[in-house]
Amino acid sequence: MNSTLLEIKNLQVTINEIEILKRFNLSVKKGEIHAIMGPNGSGKSTFSKVLAGHPSYRIKEGEIFFKGCNILNLDPEERSHLGIFLAFQYPIEIPGASNEEFLRLAYNSKQKFCNKPEVDPLEFLEIINQKLSLVNMSPKFLSRNVNEGFSGGEKKRNEILQMILLDSELSILDETDSGLDIDALKIISTGINHFMDTNKAIILITHYQRLLDYVNPTYVHVMQDGRIIKTGTSALAKELEDKGYEWLND
Amino acid sequence: MVNQSKKVLNTNIANLVNQNYQYGFSTEIEKDIIQKGLSEKTIQLISRKKKETKFLLNFRLRAFKKWKNMAEPNWAYLKFPEINYQSIIYYSAPKQQKQSKDITEVDPELLETFEKLGISLNEQKRLSNVAIDAVFDSVSIATTFQEELKDYGVIFTSISKAIVDYSEMIEKYLGSVVPIGDNYFSALNSAVFTDGSFCYIPKNTVCPLDLSTYFRINDPNSGQFERTLIIADKNSRVNYLEGCTAPQYDTNQLHAAVVELVSLKNSTIKYSTVQNWYSGNKFGKGGIYNFVTKRGICINLNAKISWTQVETGSSITWKYPSCILMGDKTQGEFYSVALTNNYQQADTGTKMIHIGKKTRSRIISKGISAGKSKNSYRGLVNILTKALGSRNYSQCDSLLIGNVSNANTFPYISVQNSTSKIEHEASTSKIGEEQIFYFLQRGICVEKAIELMISGFCREIFTELPLEFAAEADKLLTLK
Repeated sequence: MNSTLLEIKNLQVTINEIEILKRFNLSVKKGEIHAIMGPNGSGKSTFSKVLAGHPSYRIKEGEIFFKGCNILNLDPEERSHLGIFLAFQYPIEIPGASNEEFLRLAYNSKQKFCNKPEVDPLEFLEIINQKLSLVNMSPKFLSRNVNEGFSGGEKKRNEILQMILLDSELSILDETDSGLDIDALKIISTGINHFMDTNKAIILITHYQRLLDYVNPTYVHVMQDGRIIKTGTSALAKELEDKGYEWLND
Repeated sequence: MVNQSKKVLNTNIANLVNQNYQYGFSTEIEKDIIQKGLSEKTIQLISRKKKETKFLLNFRLRAFKKWKNMAEPNWAYLKFPEINYQSIIYYSAPKQQKQSKDITEVDPELLETFEKLGISLNEQKRLSNVAIDAVFDSVSIATTFQEELKDYGVIFTSISKAIVDYSEMIEKYLGSVVPIGDNYFSALNSAVFTDGSFCYIPKNTVCPLDLSTYFRINDPNSGQFERTLIIADKNSRVNYLEGCTAPQYDTNQLHAAVVELVSLKNSTIKYSTVQNWYSGNKFGKGGIYNFVTKRGICINLNAKISWTQVETGSSITWKYPSCILMGDKTQGEFYSVALTNNYQQADTGTKMIHIGKKTRSRIISKGISAGKSKNSYRGLVNILTKALGSRNYSQCDSLLIGNVSNANTFPYISVQNSTSKIEHEASTSKIGEEQIFYFLQRGICVEKAIELMISGFCREIFTELPLEFAAEADKLLTLK
């Protein structure tokens, strides 16, 4: 059985004619957690958005295979249905749309794609209430508008909640740990660990070693100037914490 | 080389609001039509055709005289080519058509037209809780439930018929809220108006049915000049609904209406409009010029008038449903959703004139602009010296879709005493590419995403609409 979930080969990406990803390669298997670290501007967020299908980027060359099929021509929502989830670095506020409606719409879109029956609001409440406790959120937050007036921590927890709800096979967490206090970080890590199993994979984009104290990565990659320049284990993350990124260039 | 996604979000969003206009058909029918152009002769001809009294002919001629000396208002944030008032037909009616008492006398072609518009006048199929007056070009062709309403003393008929049958009330109230010389378009309307509805709710009566008028412009060259007058006597209450559609033509048609509401002591009039005139094509060609004067007066203690409008059609909208709060403790409300797309232009809002003590008004306006459209809120809150202890709350929100649409807010506030309170809130937001991408990433398609955002944005207004209209309005704002 082929356990490879994601295979990125020789990916070159530009935005406004500026090259951001340069011959980027990455292979992710089921059951693995990959951490991607690297200095600001090294292309980490671009990588996550390209994977999710953001329309602003142009693929010059390369391939992205997800579960064995080339997804480069797929729309963002099709990629989502296939099982790719992106936890946004800056979750978007949607005024006027309640969280509950938004989550139900997302859940039902996926149900529909999987040829499963869509759930009505009452059934959905039952489903979502079970998940809420996993990220330590009160049911009250369902009636609030999507991310509107949420604190930084609430926004990030909302992202993890959506990941759990959609039960995605490949989740990319773009700096989900940034700006969190230690309690929120623990809640989120617990949520991630609870969610993770041998059929899924997670890519953590982070600047800090501290998240990796709670979520144990299979691999740690260092990204610089649009490509991965070094791969190691969690020991590498600790080394980076001590020395920064400069020494890698020597 | 591969573009990341086939869909380029931004252009796509704009296209989404381009749902086809489903009321764009026209009806082939034999017409009684008069020559183009406007003169005293035209007015005399219209008046004669309608067998009007001297009072009305004079009313019209006075208005015409005023109109000739007035100029088109140019303060609105609207741009359109000069209107040639001499190339408009001022009277067009389906032939052999008199106000038929019996629905079976109405031309089946016309009944079918209204059927197609979702308005059934047929006794078996008509809505059971709404009485409808159906106006086709210049005349009312049928009014349902008249007899049943009469049992309650409620008068609901075409204004042409009211002019003959209830001349006393017409003479007392016609032009009492919107004087003939009030503005350019009200003067024009007063001179040439052809039909519309008349409602009278007697004392101590809650109107047992919702009253509704459906306006249909059919002829490509005629203007529609409707006139509606609603009077709610002491301790009465009525819900009135207005709907409008027109065929799809390359030329522009003029619609200049006047609506007057009179609310007496302790009475309430709730007036709702879903305006869906043809808006022109996506290059801005064709569509209705909608210049409307709507005003209500709350004459005595505790009277209340509430305007709710959903404006989605017309190439140009110029409309400010207003309330004159004359009696003490009277209340005025204005709830509005205006959606513009392509090259549509809307300059709409309200005026709240506080005259009596402890008067209250509330304004909630939601503007949505997509495509290259312009959408402006223009409002006046005027609290006069003697309107002690009065209050106003205004909220004006704009939502922009795409990068080239335009939203403006022009609030005018004047408070002339120190015991009154005014609150004004305004916001502008944009449905941006990043928001759409967020939805897409969660597996939600663009159509659903925009639908959710628009309906969330308009929720406050939709709850004000009567049930029949809420469904229709929701549909109008649903994309695809």
